[in-house]
Amino acid sequence: MTAFALAARSFIVQLVAVAVGVVVSVTLLALVGTSPTDALEALLRGAFGTDFALTQTVLKAIPLALCGLAVAVPLLMRLWNIGAEGQFHAGAIGATFAALSAPEWPAAALLPAMIGAGMAAGALLALAAAVPRALWGVNEIITTLLLNYVAILAVAYLVIGPWRGAESFNFPVSDLFSPAAALPRLGSSQLHLGVFFPLIAAAILVFLLHRSPWGFEVRMIGASPGAARAAGMSTRKNVVVVMLVAGALAGVAGMVEVSMTFGRLQQGISPGYGYMAIVIAALAGGNVLGTLAAAILFGGFVVGGFALQTLGVPQAFVLMLQGIILFCALAGARLAGSRLTPWLPLRLRRGEAGEAALQKEEPSIP
Amino acid sequence: MNDREHLVALRGIVKQFPRVRANDRVDFDLRAGEIHALLGENGAGKTTLMNILTGLYRADEGEIRIRGEPVELRSPRHAITRGVGMVHQHFRLVDRFTAAENVTLGWHSPRTVIRRRPLEEEIQRLSERYRLRVDSARPVWQLSVGEQQRIEILKNLYRGADILILDEPTAVLTPQEASGLFESLREMAAAGRGVVFITHKLEEVTAVADRVTVLRRGRNVATVARADTSEPELARMMIGHELPERRAESAAEPGEVVLAVSGLEADDDRGLRALSGIELEVRAGEIVAIAGVAGNGQRELTEVLVGLRPARAGRIVFRNRDVTNASVARRIAAGIGYCPEDRLRQGVAPSLSVTDNLISKRYRSAPVGHRFLLRRRQARRVAAELARRFDIRGADLDAPAATLSGGNVQKLVLARELSADPALLIAAQPTRGLDVGAAEFIRRLLLEQRARGRAVLVIGEDLDELLEIADRIAVIYEGAINGVFRAREANEERIGLLMAGRAA
Repeated sequence: MTAFALAARSFIVQLVAVAVGVVVSVTLLALVGTSPTDALEALLRGAFGTDFALTQTVLKAIPLALCGLAVAVPLLMRLWNIGAEGQFHAGAIGATFAALSAPEWPAAALLPAMIGAGMAAGALLALAAAVPRALWGVNEIITTLLLNYVAILAVAYLVIGPWRGAESFNFPVSDLFSPAAALPRLGSSQLHLGVFFPLIAAAILVFLLHRSPWGFEVRMIGASPGAARAAGMSTRKNVVVVMLVAGALAGVAGMVEVSMTFGRLQQGISPGYGYMAIVIAALAGGNVLGTLAAAILFGGFVVGGFALQTLGVPQAFVLMLQGIILFCALAGARLAGSRLTPWLPLRLRRGEAGEAALQKEEPSIP
Repeated sequence: MNDREHLVALRGIVKQFPRVRANDRVDFDLRAGEIHALLGENGAGKTTLMNILTGLYRADEGEIRIRGEPVELRSPRHAITRGVGMVHQHFRLVDRFTAAENVTLGWHSPRTVIRRRPLEEEIQRLSERYRLRVDSARPVWQLSVGEQQRIEILKNLYRGADILILDEPTAVLTPQEASGLFESLREMAAAGRGVVFITHKLEEVTAVADRVTVLRRGRNVATVARADTSEPELARMMIGHELPERRAESAAEPGEVVLAVSGLEADDDRGLRALSGIELEVRAGEIVAIAGVAGNGQRELTEVLVGLRPARAGRIVFRNRDVTNASVARRIAAGIGYCPEDRLRQGVAPSLSVTDNLISKRYRSAPVGHRFLLRRRQARRVAAELARRFDIRGADLDAPAATLSGGNVQKLVLARELSADPALLIAAQPTRGLDVGAAEFIRRLLLEQRARGRAVLVIGEDLDELLEIADRIAVIYEGAINGVFRAREANEERIGLLMAGRAA
């Protein structure tokens, strides 16, 4: 069976799975007394129907995509980075530090400084989880999750304490950044330069993963830690590198948000981007381009969710619908890779090696 | 003899898989009180046929009669109510459960509590009756493979199987354990049960079978009484030509010492001492074999030598350089090739493409690796060249390695390792589970290495094979080398004694 046929099969299975999720969601909507067609229309129109809606969706998709990549890249090595939320906040802190330290710098100097500081701060936080993982096998799911609280509370501490703004009327927010700290807008639209960040990041990642020796190592370790080790690859080194990359990506997202959405540091800068990112990356199966697409979808969910509320559907219900669709999509991914789909014409059934490989799946890297 | 006297009668069984007709109008019958060997190469359709008899697969055509009655078997569970039980190659036991728990697992569904006493007594009775010694109180993970297999057999007997199918049961056993198993099987046959014994080893047929059915490419070539046939005849039926002759000794004298191991100690995964002072030498232009009962430190020795497991004490000197604590990458660069026992976990990354797997040790060096670039076109060119040279068949270079057959996976591994021209190749169980043709190809590659003046260390369990290709044989016992001798001066009996921990 060719690689293309395998990919096509997996895609079809997942498409069917998402469709099942939509059907279940629509049924639930009907049960709460909302016309499913109205609801669907409101959701779609609210997310993608107008220029304004589309712009909002894209703006939401920027941090979602960057955080999604921050989860997706470690996932390639079977590492679960639950800490994109924390790395996002760390990135916001780093960018704020740069913006507050050098308010007189021109944009051409200040913006790169903010991006660099955001990436460094995000990476540093990720490093705190990566090193124990690499050296002693400390479960990164727990450590990255706990570090989220550290970063979120650090933001609270900073805006209440040392960085509370002189002009903030005692509200726990930093001073507004200088105009130079805002990313340039594209024409007259709300869109800004940050739109390109996920695209640039994705392009670099795709290139590195498929056209560089480092990417080869990451893919091999993810595919088979045992074979990678026997081939002389260092799991430890790559655990650290991959987590640094992830932290830097989420850090950029934090920088974009303080630079554009808020213009200063404050609490509540993320409605849970880092957690939605886990869902996004899982939905995309760790695939870089798939992560971008899923981020747009989720951006749409968030923005369209507001429109749905005008029909009297509570926002929590929107989250539930997201959950159902995701659940089905993940189940689909599982089915696509397993032997539970004998009705599909294209089967990975040729070699005994394939059979055996399916039987012994490895839990995690050593 | 009519069907009533047969425990099992399969008539005209056909099973079609997407690319291959695994069974093509196969007839097979099993009498009460006989051990019936099902002989054939890998892929001959033996396991498929028996999976049909145990209800795991359904035949596309044909009839199954059990004790003369036509039956339609819906599942293994259904089959066992008809008295058909199978011991698979990969055991289906729960590691943390005891033997007794595994035997009852999924069979009884007690309303409240399991009454241990009668259960353990019944297991005890069966195990004594058929000489299937197990420690029924210990969890399975602490037991040897042989014991685990005995639990599988007991499980089937306990559930009332009088038609017992064993799929290559000796593959995981030592010679001593295997002869113990044969005795148990004879006891069962003597008690009127029928035993089907799937194998591709002629000596086992000779040792244990009453009748033999030979399958080749999904067809029944013949069913004969063992007394009416001979090994050469069976071999002919199975593969179409006689078995190859034994190899001559290496023509050249071995050269300088390539690998010198002294006082080597290491722990196993549980932190227990697995190697306690290994002394070993491998010279250029010779094949040294490590023989021994499985679990005496072979895996740990292999892993310490290639750098996957730390040494606790001792020295490994490779080409006059101390590599005791060197990384895997350093050892590869120094010229150690590794053909691992667990091909699908250490040999290849099954989900990556054939090409990726072929370049997985040269992705940083020219022509594939170029500074920060991985050159796909060069990678493909190298892969295509290796696939051709090492006869990796059925290879779509972009398809996952998992789509290859076992033999071709092994060729892939050796293609990658040998193309680096390693001064020392460490091959663990290089032909295990391969069909005759692929195994022969692999052996020839090892002999070629020797002929080219390279050193080869083979860790194996198939004594015949080791005697056939190795120059010297080192027997490992409880983590130390218990004796070394020239293959031409060795015989199985002598090695057997050393393997059992006695001096010879």
